[in-house]
Amino acid sequence: MALIKTSYGRRSFLKTSAMAGGGLVVGFSWLASCNPSPKEVAEMPKEWFEINGYLKIGDNGMATIMSPNPEIGQNVKTSMPMIVAEELDIDWNNVLVEQAPLNTTIFIRQLAGGSQSIRQGWDGLRMAGATARHMLKQAAAKQWEVPVEEVTTEAGVIHHKSSNRSVGYGEVASLAATLTAPEEVELKSLDEFKIIGTATRNVDGKKIVTGKPLFGIDQYEEGMLTAMIVHPPAFGLTLKSFDDAEARKMPGIKDVFSIKTYEKGKAKSMFDADAFPELIVVVGNSTWEVMNAKKTIKAEWQPFEGYEEEFANFSGDGSFSVKVPGGMENTNSHKEKMEALSAKLAKEARKDGNPASAFKKAAKIVERSYTAPFLAHNTMEPMNFFANVTADKAILSGPIQTPEFMEKSVSSRIGLPLDKIEIQMTRQGGGFGRRLYGHFVVEAAVISQKMKAPVKLVYTREDDMSFGNYRPAYHARYRAALDEDNNLIGFHVRAGGIPESPLFANRFPAGAVENYLAESWDVPSNISVGAFRAPRSNFIAGAEQSFLDEVAEAAGKDPIEFRIELFEKAKNNPVGENNDYDAERYAGVLKLAREKSGWNGNTTGNVYRGVSAYYCHNSYVANILDMEMKEDKPVVKKVFCAVDCGLVVNPIAATNMVEGGTVDGIGHAMYSGLTFKDGKPEQVNFDRYRLIRHSEAPKDIEVHFVKNNEHPTGLGEPPFPPIMGALANALYKATGQRHYDQPFITKRPVVS
Amino acid sequence: MADFKLNINGESRQVSIDPNTPMLWVLRDHLQLVGTKFGCGIAQCGACTIHIEDVAVRSCQLPVSAVGEQKITTIEGLSKEGEHPVQQAWLEQDVPQCGYCQAGQIMSATALLKANPSPTDEEIDQAMNGNICRCGTYTRIKKAIKSAATTAQNS
Repeated sequence: MALIKTSYGRRSFLKTSAMAGGGLVVGFSWLASCNPSPKEVAEMPKEWFEINGYLKIGDNGMATIMSPNPEIGQNVKTSMPMIVAEELDIDWNNVLVEQAPLNTTIFIRQLAGGSQSIRQGWDGLRMAGATARHMLKQAAAKQWEVPVEEVTTEAGVIHHKSSNRSVGYGEVASLAATLTAPEEVELKSLDEFKIIGTATRNVDGKKIVTGKPLFGIDQYEEGMLTAMIVHPPAFGLTLKSFDDAEARKMPGIKDVFSIKTYEKGKAKSMFDADAFPELIVVVGNSTWEVMNAKKTIKAEWQPFEGYEEEFANFSGDGSFSVKVPGGMENTNSHKEKMEALSAKLAKEARKDGNPASAFKKAAKIVERSYTAPFLAHNTMEPMNFFANVTADKAILSGPIQTPEFMEKSVSSRIGLPLDKIEIQMTRQGGGFGRRLYGHFVVEAAVISQKMKAPVKLVYTREDDMSFGNYRPAYHARYRAALDEDNNLIGFHVRAGGIPESPLFANRFPAGAVENYLAESWDVPSNISVGAFRAPRSNFIAGAEQSFLDEVAEAAGKDPIEFRIELFEKAKNNPVGENNDYDAERYAGVLKLAREKSGWNGNTTGNVYRGVSAYYCHNSYVANILDMEMKEDKPVVKKVFCAVDCGLVVNPIAATNMVEGGTVDGIGHAMYSGLTFKDGKPEQVNFDRYRLIRHSEAPKDIEVHFVKNNEHPTGLGEPPFPPIMGALANALYKATGQRHYDQPFITKRPVVS
Repeated sequence: MADFKLNINGESRQVSIDPNTPMLWVLRDHLQLVGTKFGCGIAQCGACTIHIEDVAVRSCQLPVSAVGEQKITTIEGLSKEGEHPVQQAWLEQDVPQCGYCQAGQIMSATALLKANPSPTDEEIDQAMNGNICRCGTYTRIKKAIKSAATTAQNS
């Protein structure tokens, strides 16, 4: 055990209730929401005692552990409480998990994004559990009048071995709740872990498979109205006027009006990005009635002039400005612009050695360009939010990845102080970055304030897909210089996009090539974009890993061996500074994938293989993808995934995330894309927008984790980008054709 | 507006409603059976799948007036407490990630197994292709369907 000061996030060990002396805590949503069986009710404690903001102990020894972060399918609602439970030293079967509301005095970084929940939550979660365990031990020691050092715990029971006494957590919880949190606590050593590292199934599993109301869109309240929006049909347009005469006459309709979600000139965070800040709103009794009325609105739209917008940085320090040009944009002209800019010198982001001379003296030069289209996030649960705004209070509830940011946005918009705004987080039907941008939270609040009633705002799929914060369109042009011995002596990447560049100048192969040049360009656009699962990596990984495959081929080398040689160089003789990866761990996942897949560089029978590896969001992933051709159609037979995310907290959830990311990556690279004509998205529902389906998923996925004790890192994003490279490389082997432009397959499926 | 007497999950339920209202919204808005999910509204994603007489149907495209006295089953009526072999297999395989599409997936899978107790991989693909999962849980769904098929046959 290691003694650790609790100074880290000491505020985390405050209680949520002001009750001194550990009073009764009531009102658990668990009981209310899931219709527990009589047996389950009988097993519930009669009293709960809050030890700190993260956990409560019941008089029967059960624990309720709060999961602080938004749950978007990454399974932190299971994994984060597991970490608390481990240090609390309790039997996982005696743990109930609750989603914590937004509470910035207790919790740190209640945000789902950047694959950081586990990585940044780890220390605080451990200490919350360890602090509580220490207080329970203290309480027992006090009762027995023995020194706390002589007291031990095991799975929710406290022992004093020399006097042969034992007591359950539940029996000392009321006393423990009166004690002060210790200055320092003992944390378990890694070899003492019993819960961390053990496959633990989703705590919401049963509620999901039985259809319980878990999601934002499932919320109903007495007197609640349903609201929907009508937004401009194209980017570049804004509201001019509208005629709601017909809508107002329709059954169940309460009101039709326009709102300004964000008022001009007010400070915005980066998560307030909103392409359509002026909307028409239809409010009524039921979804179907509002949907029908919405269709009858006759609106006139007008083009807007270009403008510039200021957003506060993530940290709150400083700001950045974004140019929003006027006009209605087209995919065809986007393509032309990207081609033109990729042919010109761009902004230098990094230069090592003398790339120009390396290319001049090269024996062989490989040059290729890669592109990818805009993508819509398409969470299966469309954007929605519940709001009940009264004169002195706002209660907001629903799916949001950035509750702390949106609380501020709502406060500023509706004129209530932060302490009068309560945000509850529901389980979220997917996030993928879309729910970082919570304009719909502000919209719901504004509508509720205006209606003086509880309101649930719901987007249709068409609203959701045509009012996105999309993955930008990207382009990357690569050049590689090989000498006469096929050594990589020069590397040049020039990458850009609409409206942002996907370049990471300090990532591999930077650091592994003597002469290296990275350039960046971008084209402003009024099509709103945002973070999409592994921003920028979600394109550049596939492009770079496809290109390296071609370079290895040109050099006559095995693609894995070729990469490992580069990692050796980066490890032993790194070029330049700020190289953003650990070459040994990077090579490690490739070696593990090679070993598990029995890679020998050859095609076996009709199984064609592609390889890739990538590092982003603090985790390393390598893929080997096996493809077969069936009647001229590529079939992904099997994918091997090797992952280094440090210590694995929950092996089954980690495996699920890697499998899901793999399927998602194959799907987007193969089938998905959003195109624009005169500013209008040409795909607004799943009849035209392609997502991967059952028959197209890999037939098998095998996931292997590197076993080490590195600080745990996240898996929301890292498994998604690299697979696109392995897919492209296998496609080449299987078809003889290199694929440079995503989506690789554009034919639409037939769904009856 | 018209009155409809519906047979849902073995119970008789009455609604007074526009006859064109899709069953999806009858279930969600009027009967508070929200396990059936809204995903696309055009029968392309399968999140709203229910059973009409044990056959999988997309409830977003099914007007309440077309149901008549036929037996409707939703995810809430599949079993009392999640003990249906398909639900059990879903838990065993830890299928869900975000979980939003899973009620629809389970309803399609149960209808498939009812009609075809031991489907091949291709038959599973065919029957499940109308159900999108954005999280990419397809491989575990297939495992769960096969495992449920085996359990059902052994019992």
